[in-house]
Amino acid sequence: MVTLLDPTNEALPAQRQMLPRPQSLAGKQVGLLDISKPRGDVFLDQLEVKLGSLGVTALRYRKPTFARVAPADLRQRIISECDLVIEALAD
Amino acid sequence: MSAIPANFNGFIAIVKRDCKTCQLIAPVLRQLAATGDCLVYSQDDPAFPPGIPSIRDDRELEASYRLDIEIVPTIIRAVDGVESQRLVGWQREEWRALTHQPGLGAGLAAFSPGCGSKSVEPGLPEKLAYKFGDTRLGARRIEVAPLQDEHELAFERGWSDGLPIVPPTEDRVLRMLAGTTRAPDEIVGVIPPDFAPCSVEKVAINAVMAGCKPAYLPVALAAVEASCRDEFCMHGLLATTYFAAPIIIVNGTIACEIGMNSAHNVLGQGNRANATIGRALQLVIRNVGGGRPGGVDRSTLGQPGKIGFCFAEREHDSHWEPLSVERGFAPGQSTVTLFAGGGVHVLGDQKSRQPESLARSLAAMLRGLHHPKLYGGPDALLVISPEHMRVFREARWSKARFRKALAQELLVDAARILAGKNGIAEGMPERAAGAPAAKFREGGLQIVHAGGGAGMWSAAILGWAASGAKGSVPVTVPVTA
Repeated sequence: MVTLLDPTNEALPAQRQMLPRPQSLAGKQVGLLDISKPRGDVFLDQLEVKLGSLGVTALRYRKPTFARVAPADLRQRIISECDLVIEALAD
Repeated sequence: MSAIPANFNGFIAIVKRDCKTCQLIAPVLRQLAATGDCLVYSQDDPAFPPGIPSIRDDRELEASYRLDIEIVPTIIRAVDGVESQRLVGWQREEWRALTHQPGLGAGLAAFSPGCGSKSVEPGLPEKLAYKFGDTRLGARRIEVAPLQDEHELAFERGWSDGLPIVPPTEDRVLRMLAGTTRAPDEIVGVIPPDFAPCSVEKVAINAVMAGCKPAYLPVALAAVEASCRDEFCMHGLLATTYFAAPIIIVNGTIACEIGMNSAHNVLGQGNRANATIGRALQLVIRNVGGGRPGGVDRSTLGQPGKIGFCFAEREHDSHWEPLSVERGFAPGQSTVTLFAGGGVHVLGDQKSRQPESLARSLAAMLRGLHHPKLYGGPDALLVISPEHMRVFREARWSKARFRKALAQELLVDAARILAGKNGIAEGMPERAAGAPAAKFREGGLQIVHAGGGAGMWSAAILGWAASGAKGSVPVTVPVTA
């Protein structure tokens, strides 16, 4: 019998449950994350106006560069300050 | 376990029946064994040599492995359990001197060469090292069922880039690991996108699958190490919709030692080292890192070099300093440079015989890369062919002079390439107007010499749209044994 060695990292990915979808934005802190792609801010500006008209306060965040994953401290800030986040992927 | 008993004083002989010299000296061994201070290990027949009681059966070759036997017969003198001297083959006078028996082997030829030890037959050293040595492979074992095809299994498990792989059996991986002095469990780096720690063993497994020879492993390890450097930004390179992927440029003596191609068809197919080292890196990213097309790899079109893209610089007849020397390494030192690059663009010029003309001509073509109205975006790797290099060599242009001339030609008035100019919406933003724009960022153009002797074609390999500090910069690391 041929035996092969596993070329993968053999990791079992952690299973994460999706958070329940909020029924309403009332009283929620909404984060708007700009990943630094061109014109992502244009899209988020519009969303911020829209959210404001609904009486929802939005907090703005920005990744230093779209080419890299968000720094850990930025991710932690978003987690600690927001109930949900909207990320703009634009060009 | 030592093959020499503790505090043993005497002789240890290792023989095999399938050796004419061992058969010749059977009387000698009987004479030594009769004194009571000679242990005889037989590699293939515990009844050989005849007439010796308590021959030690070494058909498993454990004693031969532990004593590092390469030739039989070998005789070892041990003092207090430690080897003090050894002889290989039959040399009558030396055996007499070693054993202090002046009459030993009387009537036999004075000299007879030995045979190869069974423990060094092809494929066995790795198996014995694994069985009796300290080498331990930690990877999960996957058994292929008797009616299952191991090549199909590799496809089904998603290990392949689309081409068949060499099945990574234990023997093959052990042979591959013989190509490095690094321990199998040493961590080479943390591979994105899964940020998985990658051991030397995992690189060796994927190098086997890619078709590498053991001698290529140090280059593959250096390439993996370079891909894990933060400044190379492998994660973003995978995730981009752009074309770029890691391209490996090898400099220094290792390129010749392992038979890499730096000449005809250098960017093409046909050389095992070029083809498989690049593929090994891509398989590591796929299998260990988890980066797969359609998953984290979001490239819109990709490019054929994503199967693997690796070549050596043609250093031996270049009058310009090699890429590795420009990047701070000593001439001749073996290095791997990783460049995040896409496809190959033709830079054709068959008429320029003056360096000024050729530099202008090459710059004109480079200005069109990515988009003629976009500057300061992707880096580029310029591959100068020998016939183009000849123009600069005959005019005594140094690499620095060429770089300077090229840089001047790669500047334009940004007002001419603004978005919307010439009826084309694409272009530089308004804020760029009023200053000259450079096609490549400072340090964003790498230059190497490679290719066959005929043909006035050079090549440009376009980098990643996110070049520089915001994305990827080239990384050079030394190749170590």
